[in-house]
Amino acid sequence: MTTWAPLLRFEGVIAGYGGGDVLKGVNYSMEEGGVTCIVGPNGSGKSTLLKTVSGLLRPRLGQIFFKGEPIVGRSPREILKLGIVQVPQQHSLFREMTVHENVELGAFLVKDRSVVAERMAMVREMFPIVAERAKDKAGSLSGGQQRLVEFARCLMLEPELVVLDEPSMGLDPKTLRIMLDTVKMMNSMGRSILLVEQNARQGLKLSSHGVVLENGQVRLSGTGDEVLNNPDIAALYLGGSVRAKMAASTSEVKENT
Amino acid sequence: MSRFKHGWWLLALAIFIAYPLVETNPAYTTIGIFTLIFMACATSWNMFSGYSGYVNLGSAVFYGSGAYTMALFANHLHMAGNGDLFWLVPLGGVVASIIAIPVGLVALRVRRHTFVVITIAIFFVFQLSAINFSFTGGTSGMQLPFIPWFITNYNVPFYYVALGIVVFAALLSAVVRRSRFGLQLLAIRDDEDRAAGLGVRVFAVKLTGFALSAFAVGMGGALYAMFIGQIYPQFVFDPIFDISIALMAIFGGLGTFIGPLLGALVLESTQQLLTLKYSNGSLYLIIFGGVFLIVILFMPQGVVVAIRDAWARRAARRDGRVTVGATVNPGATS
Repeated sequence: MTTWAPLLRFEGVIAGYGGGDVLKGVNYSMEEGGVTCIVGPNGSGKSTLLKTVSGLLRPRLGQIFFKGEPIVGRSPREILKLGIVQVPQQHSLFREMTVHENVELGAFLVKDRSVVAERMAMVREMFPIVAERAKDKAGSLSGGQQRLVEFARCLMLEPELVVLDEPSMGLDPKTLRIMLDTVKMMNSMGRSILLVEQNARQGLKLSSHGVVLENGQVRLSGTGDEVLNNPDIAALYLGGSVRAKMAASTSEVKENT
Repeated sequence: MSRFKHGWWLLALAIFIAYPLVETNPAYTTIGIFTLIFMACATSWNMFSGYSGYVNLGSAVFYGSGAYTMALFANHLHMAGNGDLFWLVPLGGVVASIIAIPVGLVALRVRRHTFVVITIAIFFVFQLSAINFSFTGGTSGMQLPFIPWFITNYNVPFYYVALGIVVFAALLSAVVRRSRFGLQLLAIRDDEDRAAGLGVRVFAVKLTGFALSAFAVGMGGALYAMFIGQIYPQFVFDPIFDISIALMAIFGGLGTFIGPLLGALVLESTQQLLTLKYSNGSLYLIIFGGVFLIVILFMPQGVVVAIRDAWARRAARRDGRVTVGATVNPGATS
């Protein structure tokens, strides 16, 4: 039972594609101002859960509340207006458009041109790549650079909640470090972050809260450290102690026989 | 840089303004009028199809609608054959834009290739309607009021009105390209679903662009009808027109601002000159076929983009920089 008012609350969310359900009753409340990382094995429904938040997938049953307001059934446009911006797993820049145009598109829901100009100046300062490669086609940037421009674009709406779907995917170690620092920076600016990360150890280290999704349900949740240090979770999803756990269970079997 | 560019545009405009004053032969000023009409239509076509990536092969619907608007209003209002008929030219554009709305409501429900097929189908619906309805004059077409202007000066007013339509279409295209609306069209061209994910009202944007692009094409059709004085359904609802303006834009550079203007200027004037010199209406088709093969094989993004990229590579080599592919945006205004 939460005593604080959650920023985002999932209540019995059931969703999927075609006939099958990927999410089978997700219940979770996300705290405001933190970084929440969702981890879990492939096919557990991590990305599907994010799609239900950004309105790209409508749950079959259940409800999602953003600051107490139900958002299921709202269009992606309406959800953007509420202050939820998603950076999808695949690179989502418009390859044939310039970097500047891509970033500008992030704020096209904002009518006041002076506000757009202000925010553009802010993201150009935060992400020098936006200024340096402003006139280049987005498709000519490297994967890491594209990711940073995507971050810049999502900040143009000054969102309350930034949803990141596997932001580290395909990045080299140096760019990964920059990306993680950027996520921290966005969080320190007051943005709440909900991210799905395949590199679970990295993601949980970065996060104030962790959620383990398994077979479409929340198996465990807690602070990032709690999830990271949970022996079962470490064995199953974080790789490190799987061999040790297997060895232990093998010796147990031998002893019993 | 901007001043430099504006200077070139003003110089080009001055040349176009001076043309009928320098060249008074009606045969050549007629070529000028047709070239300008096609420049306006190709630019307007590009404003939707080039920016959004939805290739419309049914633009003759708007051209024919503009032409019939001119003929029907001139006849039903019993207008005299004089300069007052020019007031019906913008009306042709308005009617074309209004017609574009139901056409777009049907055609824009589908994407890309299917859209192309639907626009062709709708074109034939309009052509057959014009042939079969009595109010359009059927196969006999419609006669417009005779304009009793002296032969040597007859073309001049038409030329300047056509130039006005070109300037209007080019300005509209530039404004759209630089606006947030244009940005949304470009985003749709790149990835419609991603654009929707960013909150772009995809269908509304496409429909608005479609209706806007019909306006100058409709005006071109109305001016053509007034200039020729007699319209037939097969000439104003002409499939060659549909293909021609698309090819002109592709030749110059699809999605660029200057490409369709340049494409229409080169191709339409060449076609008219070949017809005039050799009295062979089909020769241009052979030459055009060869030119398009070369462009599609060696400059698939169009002449303007190919030149711009070559220029950028040359500048990069000179500065000792390395470039990978094109560094400029094909949709950029220049």
